Amino acid sequence: MYSYSDFDEAFVRERAAQFRAQVARRIAGALTEDEFRPLRLMNGLYLQLHAYMLRVAIPYGTLNTRQMRQLAYIADTWDKGYGHFTTRQNIQFNWPKLPDVPDMIDALADVQMHAIQTSGNTIRNVTADHFAGAAADEIEDPRPVAELIRQWSTDHPEFQFLPRKFKIAVTGSPNDRAVTRAHDIGLRAQRDGRGRVGYEVIVGGGLGRTPMLGQVLRPFVAKADLLAYLEAIVATYNLMGRRDNKYKARIKITVFENGIEAFRDAVEERFAQIRPTFTGIDQTLLAGIEAAFAPPAFRDAPTEGYEAARARDGAFRAWTETNLTPHRQPGYAIVTISLKAHGTTPGDATSRQMRLIADLADDYGHGEIRISHEQNVILPHVRKADLHALYRALVPEGLGTANAGLLSDIIACPGMDYCALATARSIPVAQGIATHFRAAGLEHEIGRIRIKISGCINACGHHHVGHIGILGLDRAGVENYQITLGGDHTENAAIGEKIGPGFAYDEVVPAIDRLLRAYLELRLGPGETFIEAYRRLGPEPFRAALYPADAQADAA
Amino acid sequence: MSRRFSPKVITANALLEGDVVYLTADDRWSRRPSEAELIEDEAHAELRLLQAQRQAHLVVGAYLADAKAGPNGPEPVHFREVFRARGPSNYRHGKQEAMDV
Ligand code: SF4
Repeated sequence: MYSYSDFDEAFVRERAAQFRAQVARRIAGALTEDEFRPLRLMNGLYLQLHAYMLRVAIPYGTLNTRQMRQLAYIADTWDKGYGHFTTRQNIQFNWPKLPDVPDMIDALADVQMHAIQTSGNTIRNVTADHFAGAAADEIEDPRPVAELIRQWSTDHPEFQFLPRKFKIAVTGSPNDRAVTRAHDIGLRAQRDGRGRVGYEVIVGGGLGRTPMLGQVLRPFVAKADLLAYLEAIVATYNLMGRRDNKYKARIKITVFENGIEAFRDAVEERFAQIRPTFTGIDQTLLAGIEAAFAPPAFRDAPTEGYEAARARDGAFRAWTETNLTPHRQPGYAIVTISLKAHGTTPGDATSRQMRLIADLADDYGHGEIRISHEQNVILPHVRKADLHALYRALVPEGLGTANAGLLSDIIACPGMDYCALATARSIPVAQGIATHFRAAGLEHEIGRIRIKISGCINACGHHHVGHIGILGLDRAGVENYQITLGGDHTENAAIGEKIGPGFAYDEVVPAIDRLLRAYLELRLGPGETFIEAYRRLGPEPFRAALYPADAQADAA
Repeated sequence: MSRRFSPKVITANALLEGDVVYLTADDRWSRRPSEAELIEDEAHAELRLLQAQRQAHLVVGAYLADAKAGPNGPEPVHFREVFRARGPSNYRHGKQEAMDV
């Protein structure tokens, strides 16, 4: 696994020491809040509704077991014994106290982690396919490129004060599990006519107030050109992007207002200027990183025991049907450990659960752990022969829920239970939906569906790309939930459509119930998923289910 | 007279712990909303807010929040302030943990 260079190590330690001094000066009164706020944000420290919140980057969602145990230690020592994994593959601690934060940051640095650039108008944590390095459909592991981008963007002097925050996602597979079209820059591995691997570069995507899907800026950029090309994009945006209006400052607006052609011309011009200054050091670096990301030594193992266990243990079989993904190595599987047990908070893991996951990853998973943007934990390399033992160890700790990709595998942002920007709650809505459908016994019948919930227009819960999206708003001092349908987070990315007026907090679960019962009536058979039925039928029959009174009035 | 002034309390987050605090009539920062000074006069509210904002060594982000008189003291009006006064809904953390509200 990739390990920090001495340079990285020295940089992170220096920043930790600087921040310790800044916190001390704030507490002593030498810094005002106006002076301190940008400094703490640069180090991932927010002040939320009830407490401070520390956001820690998990670059491209990859953790080793030592890091996971350290996160558990931090949760126990300075927080309330748990952490929250986010849609940006970060972890958030919800209850740190200001005087403790420097110690937390030191503890992170001990395992090569930090909270730098998890806030502010900089290039944020680079996200990647959570099945990277394992997926059967992968062209190449996207993490070396992601790591190269991390090194290039960390403390990049030109890009510390961009017009607005900047998010990059990378996928190595044609099946897009990194939502690349919803990022400022999305990269997708491709092969050119000669079989060389490069990246399709997508620009100008983003959710939030003005949701837009990214457009292809260049269909193929060779790896040797990639960093220079990215630098050209960010430099162009840095100049062309608007700074007069925060709501028009993201690159999606820059691309939209100038048009993709004009933006592309400007990027290409810049690229031509700076390409000669990239003399190949980045390629030497990349080769070293690629070596560090070499796959583990896979072992051949018979899988009969696995098949026998499936035949014997029905609960295990159900789990294998939902929570496994094909691995490129025969005899192996990718395991999704659900952090969505019905009624719990999506993405939360207790310190006990974190330690168990680390132990199991050491015992059965070559010591590798991933965090998905869907707020689950992935063990990317597990031998099929070990799956039953793994499953039986997960179940008693509430980690064996067989629901990956199903209705209760809901993305939900922290919403108004924690977030200072929220306009309504999202966590209890997710809890309510999951427990309702489990009680109704309908979850497996409904099958594959994505519900995504955000507690405000910033869309951290990706509601725009949910098959069912739920957005919590404040309507005249009351929580109100807008439902969108038909969104898609994959390579067929789509923004969901608003279907009608919003619902009060208590009306959301009944509305989703009507909607999904209507789907069960309307579908051609169990093989037609919700999103397929929606695409075939259009919004009308679903609108009628959501708003039965309107449907009756129309018929009268 | 012009529009009626709706009663307010002054609230902020404590600098060290980050938790929600309220300004009392005797110039303390209390963890309990019921101990807050309920301000019914606009000019007085502005003055008290200025005084609160000068206490940057104790609190962060002081502001005026709508409140109403309750049997045990001021109570929040908007749901956001209700959550701030109670804690999150997914765990009994925050104020509800500390003071059984
Ligand atoms: S979507 Fe809004 S409420 Fe949810 S985490 Fe993001 S900013 Fe907070």
